[in-house]
Amino acid sequence: MMPDLGKYADTVLSAYAASILLLAALVALSLWRGRRLRRDMQDMEQRMRRDG
Amino acid sequence: MTQPAMNSSLWSYANPRKFLATTERLMPFLWTVALICLVTGLVWGFFFTPDDYRQGSTVKIIYLHVPSALMAINAWMMMLVASLIWLVRRHHVSALAARAAGPVGAVMTVIALVTGAIWGQPMWGTWWAWDPRLTSFLILFLFYLGYIALWEAIEDPDTAADLTGVLCLVGSVFALLSRYAVNFWNQGLHQGASLSMDAEENVADVFYLPLLVCIAGFVLLFIALVFYRTGTEIRARRIRALQARERAGA
Repeated sequence: MMPDLGKYADTVLSAYAASILLLAALVALSLWRGRRLRRDMQDMEQRMRRDG
Repeated sequence: MTQPAMNSSLWSYANPRKFLATTERLMPFLWTVALICLVTGLVWGFFFTPDDYRQGSTVKIIYLHVPSALMAINAWMMMLVASLIWLVRRHHVSALAARAAGPVGAVMTVIALVTGAIWGQPMWGTWWAWDPRLTSFLILFLFYLGYIALWEAIEDPDTAADLTGVLCLVGSVFALLSRYAVNFWNQGLHQGASLSMDAEENVADVFYLPLLVCIAGFVLLFIALVFYRTGTEIRARRIRALQARERAGA
């Protein structure tokens, strides 16, 4: 299934690996921060409602 | 719908609650379509396109390099529009959308630089050259870093939005300049545009269609990330406001 990349196999594969890694890190960090702040905001709003 | 009604419905998204409610509904669709386009384009390009007669298999890097470079430049255009809306109409959501786009554009610039360097080593015999396009992209990346740092450095969010808005105007002009750097200074190593309105300049048809799918994937991923991150910035702003209210009440 893997195409024959010839003498440039390392070049092509490293470009794909680096790009996919960077994109995955960007998405993961965005989701992680988003979820953390969503939870923090909900906790804070609940606390303020409870404390009046 | 009449023009004034359309305008008022567009500006209603400046309301953070309405923006969050709308993007929450859109996000699953956006993530899915972005992923489908990216996977389809990259699998098509990597597995099912032939080698180029001059570049060999390194031509497959085009499916990452061109879309990321395109987004690195066009992110500034989106940030410019959002910053102008903030500077003129003082809508917080637009300033936060510009802020949210900064790191996404920076990562796109890094991908363009890294894939360009990896491709350049076997093709040009060097990882890096002080060529107009390469140098202008490096400076574009430094502009992104400056933009992100300025947001972090200023405590008052309105002042930060004002100053980063002005920096964004400068960055956008530079982004346009780097887009046309190959045409302005025609003495570098970097070739001309891979995609152009002029059919003569375009890449061969066999590479063109998967490239278009990859570009669609990068554009949709950018939109999904900016929507999601803008929601996060809205929540961060709300948390700061609640903390200030708590401190004032204590």
